[in-house]
Amino acid sequence: MGMTMAEKIIALAAGKETAKAGDIETVTLDKLMSNDGTTHLTIDMYNKLKNPRIADVNKLVWIVDHNIPADCPKTAASHKKMRDFAKANGIRFYEGEGVCHQVMMENHVCPGDLIFGADSHTCAYGALGAFGTGVGCTDYLYAMVTGQSWLLVPETLRFNLKGKLPEGVYARDLILTIIGRIGANGANYKAMEFGGEGLATLSMSDRISVCNLCVEAGAKTALMEVDDIAMDYLKEHGREPKAIVKADEDAVYSAVYDIDLSEICPIVAKPHFVDNVVPAEESLGVKIDEAFLGSCNNGRIEDLRVGAKIIAGKKVADKVRFLVVPASRSVYLQAAEEGLLKIFIDAGAIVMNPNCSVCWGSCQGVIGEGETLISTGTRNFKGRAGHKDSFVYLASAATVTASAIAGEITTADRV
Amino acid sequence: MSEKFTARIWVLGDDIDTDIIIPTEYLALKTVEDMKPYAFSPLRPELAGQIQPGDMIVAGKNFGCGSSREQAPEIIKALGIRCVIAKSFARIFFRNSINNGLLLIENGELGDVVEEGKLAEVTPGEKVVYEGKEYEIASLPENLMEILRAGGLVKAMRRRNGLDA
Amino acid sequence: MGHTIIEKIIGNNVGHEVKPGDIVTVNVDRVMIHDIFIPFVAKKFEEMGFSRLWDPDKVVLIYDHLVPASQVDDTRHFREGNAFVEKYGMKNIHRADGICHQLMTEAGYVKPGNIAFGTDSHTTTYGCVGAFSSGIGYTEMAGILGTGELWVRVPETIKVTVDGKLPANVTSKDIILRLIGDLTAAGATYKALEFAGSAIEEMSVASRMTIANMAIEAGAKCALFTPDEKTAEYCEIELTDKERDLVGDADAVYVREIHYQAEDLVPVLACPPQVDNIKPVKDLEGTEIDQVFIGSCTNGRLEDLQAAAEILKDKKVAPFVKLIVTPASVKIYNQALEDGTIETLVKAGAIVTHPGCGLCCGRTGGILTDHERVVATNNRNFLGRMGTSKVEIFLASPKTAAACAAAGKIVEA
Repeated sequence: MGMTMAEKIIALAAGKETAKAGDIETVTLDKLMSNDGTTHLTIDMYNKLKNPRIADVNKLVWIVDHNIPADCPKTAASHKKMRDFAKANGIRFYEGEGVCHQVMMENHVCPGDLIFGADSHTCAYGALGAFGTGVGCTDYLYAMVTGQSWLLVPETLRFNLKGKLPEGVYARDLILTIIGRIGANGANYKAMEFGGEGLATLSMSDRISVCNLCVEAGAKTALMEVDDIAMDYLKEHGREPKAIVKADEDAVYSAVYDIDLSEICPIVAKPHFVDNVVPAEESLGVKIDEAFLGSCNNGRIEDLRVGAKIIAGKKVADKVRFLVVPASRSVYLQAAEEGLLKIFIDAGAIVMNPNCSVCWGSCQGVIGEGETLISTGTRNFKGRAGHKDSFVYLASAATVTASAIAGEITTADRV
Repeated sequence: MSEKFTARIWVLGDDIDTDIIIPTEYLALKTVEDMKPYAFSPLRPELAGQIQPGDMIVAGKNFGCGSSREQAPEIIKALGIRCVIAKSFARIFFRNSINNGLLLIENGELGDVVEEGKLAEVTPGEKVVYEGKEYEIASLPENLMEILRAGGLVKAMRRRNGLDA
Repeated sequence: MGHTIIEKIIGNNVGHEVKPGDIVTVNVDRVMIHDIFIPFVAKKFEEMGFSRLWDPDKVVLIYDHLVPASQVDDTRHFREGNAFVEKYGMKNIHRADGICHQLMTEAGYVKPGNIAFGTDSHTTTYGCVGAFSSGIGYTEMAGILGTGELWVRVPETIKVTVDGKLPANVTSKDIILRLIGDLTAAGATYKALEFAGSAIEEMSVASRMTIANMAIEAGAKCALFTPDEKTAEYCEIELTDKERDLVGDADAVYVREIHYQAEDLVPVLACPPQVDNIKPVKDLEGTEIDQVFIGSCTNGRLEDLQAAAEILKDKKVAPFVKLIVTPASVKIYNQALEDGTIETLVKAGAIVTHPGCGLCCGRTGGILTDHERVVATNNRNFLGRMGTSKVEIFLASPKTAAACAAAGKIVEA
């Protein structure tokens, strides 16, 4: 019987010929990513172990991105704990280089890898055909100390893409449409596998954006077939694949969806759930206080280009705060070189250093009581971006930028 | 402003800056009452809870140096501090205190002789008596006395605008 | 008898000669309010019973301390500020353009000979163009908003002369730190500082700003520089005779005169926890550090960023050390993007944040924790200013700061 991509990667990591959905396998991890959201807790637990050791320090990547630069002494203390531990143990350590998933995609993720990240959006790595999944710090600690973990082999939902996204419609609209269709728990414990002829029309940036958000449908991981576009990206960043896996023709899926990209339209996810989606058309006119262009989902150069093109020569609406946050140091430098940062600054935007910030309501761009944010961040849960009584709408870079100019939710073709 | 009073002493040193009196971290709290518990926290976190209404502070030179934050004298007043005696005051703090009706007394000696927890008797504009010894203090210029007599600058302006008698 | 600069400015304003000790009421040319205090100013203004601003065009509101917002209640200050602006018909508002003291002269709000007040102690900065400017509390600000007037006591003046040429690794920051060390933190309380000498004449307006900015750290009411051709160019004006005359007269009376020979000055640090605890960088060489900050209204200007970039070109910030760079305004940010300064700094490993006050005032943007040490170009190293009270803050010039970032320890540039 054939295997899905998820089954094949787990089989590889378990040192077996096959694996099938429903089995529990012991796997050896290829990489272990952790960020300043929880690493300090992992360190506390590690230090309580009897004779603790790190199985393979070369597999660990630690990234300070959630609250950088630190907003208070408590944050600074957790960073210091992480920095001191990384220094003492020789762990690969990034501080201020960018959002963890973007840093991982640029520097570490390889096709065929099985990666644990102490962050839910680790499923982004599927864009390069790697099995990335988010874990809590206890699971992380076990993997860090033993090099291994157990995994329930997930069932897979297959998404066959065809056609091409219309002009002015983006990967963000695609994934929000999918989440809206299958629901916020529609892929619980499952893998979401993407393929089909339409995949070739999606850039790497698009693919990261799609995979990244799969956790919002409850997915354990997301996986995309590795094609020339993925291989070019890998080569460009100087890496080789571990293994290029492809789903078998006779792989067993728990459901198969055919998605015609040409039917997708600009989408908005309304407060307070990611699956609360409507066509952006239906949210027109909602007044906003803040707009955010950034995050591991939409802070790449492609997103900044989209935003800059819309806002060039225009101004952010009076009283609206528009925060633009490149996803990594290399994105920032590229945007500076292309003059995009200047375009945003001239328009009145606040251009910040690469980090997670507004997406999770920390250190900068926090919204206040009764305020409304339109965001390319990953979540719109109640209180996610600041005050418990505030409102977050999720949308594409284009819709967010257009709304920043209008001061209310609108689409790019209307500004 | 001129009646005599006796107060318990809290002793602080030189250069007590406004960030010690109230750190910037707490400046966006809604009211001075919300900020009060954090007064002097970088230096003596327990102090705000120990000060009782009617107490006074005796400090060294340059009390209130640093920022223009008016919360500094407001918080000291809100804690119930009757007056601050220091070898010298920073100028913005000085103006802010007068405008809020907080009594400041300049004296070069007391900071070196007093002990925390003991009592001193103050006659504004005239003298401080500590352990039986008298220390002379100066009176303020007339324009400042006017603001103090009005009960602070807000009240002085209300009177100017014909709102109060 | 001759006059000092401050005596001339106040005299011109009130229309008669003044001398130190006089208490006079001046007409205010410009006021600045920032985001932290606007809710308090608004409240006091209405409590006082005013119903309109004395002159809305003379009032400038700047959001900088809370940009970007780091706590859930921060944006309330913007909402209350916006409401005040609308209610009283103000036009001069900056919501994300940079640090107040940079914008006040950069955007042309303050000119030579002006009298300006701000709800921030570093309002002394505008002395760089020969304006009398000083920090006040929000109650007094509310009073000015209603009346356009403020009482001031004409201050005595301390004259500081710096002659000669500064060594390559010494900047105007080292001059003002040295001066604060010599005067002590209270040494100029209630007084004006007046600067003169060939090194001062040679200096850019940006460098003078650094000095004027930190005058408050010696307790000064204001700091004054004679307007010259550099000032005229910076302010985009032609100087009038009255403005040119803003120079201390030969027979003016000073309470103290201090002279420095530029060639004798060395790079210095203000060591924790007092701004007047000044030591030569050499004395602390080798001390390990955790973070470097280049920015603030003291040293976040283009020449500061360029000086840092020159030192960090093709170098890397030391491992496990953070370098945070915050341009003082978006204009400076744009200029530094255009001339490649930002690129050099970011390639070296710098974290560049949006123009604002965050880290300098201890609200966000790189706060530190116990037992961490930071070399910073801002203006205060008070206990707990940038984190816990166990953080050690060393104030330095941008050149020294950049050299420390590359070395990971305290070194001379």
